[in-house]
Amino acid sequence: MKRLFDWIIERFIFLCGILAVIFVALIFLFLLREGVSFFGSYSPIKFVGGIYWYPTSDPPQFGIISLIVGSLFVTVLAACLAIPLGVATALFIAEIAPRWLKDVLKTVIELLAAIPSVVIGFIGMVTLVPLVRQALNLPTGLSAFSGALMLGFMALPTIVTISEDAIRTVPWSYKEGAIALGATRWQTMYRIILPAALPGILGAVMLGVGRVIGETMAVMMITGNAAHIPGSVFDPVRTMTATIAAEMGETVRGSPHYEALFAIGLVLFVITFIVNFTADTFLRKARR
Amino acid sequence: MKSRTAQRIAFAVLLAVSCVVFLPVVSIFVILVKEGGGALTPEFLFTMPSEGMRSGGILPAIIGTLLIVVCAIAVTLPVGVLAAIYLNEYAKDNLLTRVIRLAIVNLAGVPSVVFGLFGLALFVMMLNLGVSVIAGALTLSIMELPSIITTSRNALSSVPASFREVSLSLGVSRWRTIRHVVLPNAVPGILTGAILSLARIAGETAPILFTAAAFYVTRLPHSLSDQVMALPYHLYIISTQIPNMPSKLTYGTALTLVLLVFLMSLAAIILRIIFRRRKKW
Repeated sequence: MKRLFDWIIERFIFLCGILAVIFVALIFLFLLREGVSFFGSYSPIKFVGGIYWYPTSDPPQFGIISLIVGSLFVTVLAACLAIPLGVATALFIAEIAPRWLKDVLKTVIELLAAIPSVVIGFIGMVTLVPLVRQALNLPTGLSAFSGALMLGFMALPTIVTISEDAIRTVPWSYKEGAIALGATRWQTMYRIILPAALPGILGAVMLGVGRVIGETMAVMMITGNAAHIPGSVFDPVRTMTATIAAEMGETVRGSPHYEALFAIGLVLFVITFIVNFTADTFLRKARR
Repeated sequence: MKSRTAQRIAFAVLLAVSCVVFLPVVSIFVILVKEGGGALTPEFLFTMPSEGMRSGGILPAIIGTLLIVVCAIAVTLPVGVLAAIYLNEYAKDNLLTRVIRLAIVNLAGVPSVVFGLFGLALFVMMLNLGVSVIAGALTLSIMELPSIITTSRNALSSVPASFREVSLSLGVSRWRTIRHVVLPNAVPGILTGAILSLARIAGETAPILFTAAAFYVTRLPHSLSDQVMALPYHLYIISTQIPNMPSKLTYGTALTLVLLVFLMSLAAIILRIIFRRRKKW
């Protein structure tokens, strides 16, 4: 009897163990199901290659180029901000800061990670957006630039924490060797430690970028949501995530518009899957 | 001498950059407390909204959020812990384990709005749960699964191997060793992780957009199949969709949400310190 109970519970534990695999597969299948049914009525080439996203006009147009460009604009810009800031902060925390400052900075980073994205969006809306509008004399501060600034900060905790781990795990002997040869601490840092920690840092950067691509609420509140190809970084843009979040509430269940939003979800899923897979590959390489 | 100067400059730059990270975080709190602190009255926290949400309180949003979050953790915690037990105690280093690990990493990276789509398709539509507390909670529970698995697994693996060896050498079965020796010693770590997860999903908006959240309801939820208001969604609505919203209420709502998240995180951190002091090995 006891044996049987043990056997059953161990089967159940196995089932829970593979649950993550099941859910990833299920998410993919559900997105694919609606996506495929959408491509039955709307050509995938027009979807991926179309510039115009006019879901409610007649006939509707579901081209996602402008949405992809919107996501790309915001992501690249945010990465340009977050990568140097994040890696520099990680280096400072891991190698230079005295114990107390290290604790303070790590706590601040944890606090930043804990702020919900809708709050970041709100704060950006009431402080950054008017500031950007006035400082640069724009018609509206809701722009790719404002969105990227806030998103860059949201990606920081991921980049800092994981880069710091990578920097800290560089073997002591590397540093000792460099110092023994007469290198200064700074020379050791950027000639020896940074290159040695590079795979881990790249992994951290990829994870950060993955977060930015998938970020929804803050982006929807700050970037202005105009579905067109932006002429400059100070134009309003609309990302893929914001499109899904903003429009799903108004669609009729099962309509082409509803299915098109799932198709965008599918594109997002594939992109983040690739990004996270790459990040994981780097991080595993770093651990070895 | 020149390389010393270079070092001095480099260190100064790194210090300055770290301060750049510091400032916005502090200013966010200062702004929220300054503008929203005055709104946090018992009346605001414990009454229903009125006049199209332009006055009154946010009680239904607070209750809705707590309800969704607690249900989500109640679902995901047992499943996540069992998954962690499998990975830490049973799994061998083979292809399946690598696939599971990869799945966990990727599940953690799926955009929150895509979880919303999935929850809509599976729970709201296919399982016919409707837009409800339970549909939102299930959606969030899947989203939080990776982090529950990861923290539980860390807690399990920090239990010394000798504990297991002693129990097994006395002829105790594998499952019983885990149940009576490993698990009790991992509870603190698991609990801390669970509360941190609770804090994180309390602020999530995108996954509950189409699965649980209501713009406005006139009564408090009666069952798990009710639509509810939720704090993060409420903040989104009043800050973007309602014209002439008194700014005090908006800041007050944002501050309430942040405080809720922080109090939960703080509880987890304090718990971790207490348990660490009591640790016997």
